[in-house]
Amino acid sequence: MKEKLVLVGNGMAGVRALEELFKHETDQYDITVIGAEPHPNYNRIMLSPVLASEKTIDDIILNSREWYAENNIELITGDGATEISRVKKAVITESGKEITYDRLLLATGSNPFIIPVPGADKEGVIGFRDIHDVETMLAAAREYKNAVVIGGGLLGLEAANGLMKQGMNVTVVHLLDSLMERQLDKPASAMLKASLEQKGLKFLMEAQTAEITGDKRVTGVKFADGSEVEADLVVMAVGIRPNIELAQKAGIYCERGIVVNDTMQTYDPRIYAVGECVQHRNECYGLVAPLFEQAKVAANHLAQVGSTRYEGSVTSTKLKVTGIDLFSAGEFNEEEGDEAMVLQDPASGTYKKLVIRDNKIKGAVLYGDTMDGTWYFQLMREGTSIADFRRTIMFGQHDLGDAGHGDAQVLALPDSAEICGCNGVCKGDIVNAISKKGLFTLEDVRAHTKASSSCGSCTGLVEALLASTVGEGYDEKPSKKPMCGCTEHSHDDVIKAIKQHELKTMPALREFMVWKTPDGCAACRPALNYYLLANWPEEYEDDAQSRFINERAHGNIQKDGSYSVVPRMFGGLCTANDLRTIADVSDKYNVPEMKVTGGQRIDLFGIKKEDLPAMWKDLSDAGFVSGHAYGKAMRTVKTCAGKTWCRFGTQNSTGLGVKLEELTWGSWMPHKFKLAVSGCPRNCAEATIKDFGVVCVDSGYELHVGGNGGIKVRVTDLLCKVETEEEVLEYCGAFTQKYREEAHYLERTAPWVERVGLTSIKACVVDNEEQRKALYQRFRLGQKYAQIDPWKARAEGEASHEFTPLKIAG
Amino acid sequence: MTTNALKVETGNWIEVVALEDIPQLGSRVIRTDTMNIAVFRTAGDEVFAMKDECPHKKGPLSQGIVHGTSVTCPLHNWKIDLASGEALGPDEGCTNVFPVKIENGIVHVDFQNR
Repeated sequence: MKEKLVLVGNGMAGVRALEELFKHETDQYDITVIGAEPHPNYNRIMLSPVLASEKTIDDIILNSREWYAENNIELITGDGATEISRVKKAVITESGKEITYDRLLLATGSNPFIIPVPGADKEGVIGFRDIHDVETMLAAAREYKNAVVIGGGLLGLEAANGLMKQGMNVTVVHLLDSLMERQLDKPASAMLKASLEQKGLKFLMEAQTAEITGDKRVTGVKFADGSEVEADLVVMAVGIRPNIELAQKAGIYCERGIVVNDTMQTYDPRIYAVGECVQHRNECYGLVAPLFEQAKVAANHLAQVGSTRYEGSVTSTKLKVTGIDLFSAGEFNEEEGDEAMVLQDPASGTYKKLVIRDNKIKGAVLYGDTMDGTWYFQLMREGTSIADFRRTIMFGQHDLGDAGHGDAQVLALPDSAEICGCNGVCKGDIVNAISKKGLFTLEDVRAHTKASSSCGSCTGLVEALLASTVGEGYDEKPSKKPMCGCTEHSHDDVIKAIKQHELKTMPALREFMVWKTPDGCAACRPALNYYLLANWPEEYEDDAQSRFINERAHGNIQKDGSYSVVPRMFGGLCTANDLRTIADVSDKYNVPEMKVTGGQRIDLFGIKKEDLPAMWKDLSDAGFVSGHAYGKAMRTVKTCAGKTWCRFGTQNSTGLGVKLEELTWGSWMPHKFKLAVSGCPRNCAEATIKDFGVVCVDSGYELHVGGNGGIKVRVTDLLCKVETEEEVLEYCGAFTQKYREEAHYLERTAPWVERVGLTSIKACVVDNEEQRKALYQRFRLGQKYAQIDPWKARAEGEASHEFTPLKIAG
Repeated sequence: MTTNALKVETGNWIEVVALEDIPQLGSRVIRTDTMNIAVFRTAGDEVFAMKDECPHKKGPLSQGIVHGTSVTCPLHNWKIDLASGEALGPDEGCTNVFPVKIENGIVHVDFQNR
């Protein structure tokens, strides 16, 4: 028989927990939801735009009544829970319904704090919390003129902005001398106040409310200093209090909130609690992102899968007032020993401040330009050292922004502006999908709109749209990002476990790490296969069915299902005979198109899959091996003419290029990997946008790493300078191996170098000879198994089923 | 390279390939006069047959990665349910599927509705 799960509180945190539970496809529970409000679950953080008439209530409904029905949930609305009987294991509602439970989930949220001054109970004095409050405000705006908002925090300012847009004359009353003092430092706060004043809001600072005046309905607010202001509507937005009444009455241990452990259980283990009503490790949260993390943990526990724990959240804030961009996170007022970096441009109205301690971001305030908020926040949460890019950090993220989609001012773009150039998705499509379908994560947006799901170069823009559309509910990269839907573990967890516990097969790995799917998915299988191969080159048997088709068929699949073939030409050198062979092969197999690639190779297009092995045989007989142009692998070494011919050349760049390619060809990598050797600083081989580039100089060789000429151009960092070719090979092998062992699957060297920092790579590859030699040794060992030409093997019959279609007549 | 010639059997069932000649978590392609058909084998030796064409942009599904009872298209990562041919997740579309049976280790497909 199914167990009974009852959710008290039909809001964002509780319903999110149910959604997370359904993701486990469990059929364990009969579910009942009890909500005091008459509505299905709606997006509470979007109430401000509703008040400002930028959205309607229908726009912000997250789960329609049909959703509850489809999931067989019994939904009780407008009939709040009044009592929990733990003895009977039942919840009693206002109308007297008694609903029994086996497990109970409390998500009772919070109540606005009403300052206990005389007159606070008069008609026209409200909080800003639910649809009812918004309806009250909208009605007041139609009938009355003057509104006073008490509280100059996030919520108060959003309410004030909304009421002003409804045509009211709004005064914001704040107890302290600066607005949003919990999120902003003084300069940013002053800028905010000035621009809100310009919009028409009035402020009374350092004003202590003493009394609400009027008869039945409010007519004014009186302050401690005796002054007074007229008011037909008073909105109290001075804070929220966790709603713990129900739990407290049932004898569940509460302090400020309902106290829960890391699996979101209260002192009664049958009773869980999530959301704003909860107190976890002495913290109460009022923002949505942490609540979603809590919901996920509670759902995992209810579904009896995994052992995830909630360990608290670091939060950030964005203000949802149209035309004002503001971001804040962490500790933004510097203390002794902290450094503050400030960039202020009064003309453009921007202000950025980062608080740094020990080269790590402790806090950030951004005003006017919040594009990089997500990035700073991520650096802060992950405790990344900024030592390597201190000088440029104020100017924003290196690889963020555009590849042809314009400036970072994404919020100012019209709805028709194309954001995702790969899939042709416009800003309006993305914003609509986010609000209509209730999306909160980048993954959701990718799934529903395809935006940023191909090359990913517009990810930053999509994140900015998410952040601005859903405000602080935007579920930024969770503190630990799972590899895919099959697991809770991150790439780093997997890499570590493989080494630490000597996991050598995919089933062993999946079992040890409690994978949720029996054979993974198209995202994790290639990653696991790569990690195992990179760690255990001598023992691991490559799993063809876990490779993307290009690597399984050793050619690039094209849009019509044909393949392309790129023979390797070491260092880009070739002979007349090589070209003759390629020409003959082209004739023989009717190759419809050939082209010279950016990496100085020849690409033969339009090859039928069943012709590949025969074609490879011809190429192999003439001495060619696979060019790996299809793989997450070492691709090409591009070279310039070098000193043999060029009057400027300082070293033999082609010769070195050939040696480097002979060393590295065949190697599988986390992502594609390109090299180049230029014979002098004129750099004709474009070595400074490669993963590993060599620039020859008269006195030796400059080694450059982490460049990228693709999605986002990134110039390399200088690794070091060496004197001999032997050293170039050793440093190249060592750097490559470090990347192979430590980068996440599908992470190019450019983001990898930015993630782990050049300093840490140098410490190992340059400064520590022992480690360098060990890395180089491991690279060479791996190459022993990798440099077996896959084309020759298939020409000789390996994996023939892959290339042989079955034919039937008729 | 050899081409396996196959005979038409009684009824609509056609002998296609030995189960062991399809890799686990892999596929084979059947070429007919009118279309290509992909035959998939799961980790649990279930076999499915469908038109080798993704409902999105006609990518060859046979070339995708098989996981559970679905396959991910190699062109744009649509996930297709092997049993129903329906696109999974938020994507919408459907590919024709054909009935399959295994007898004495030989896979048979019913092509009647192709």
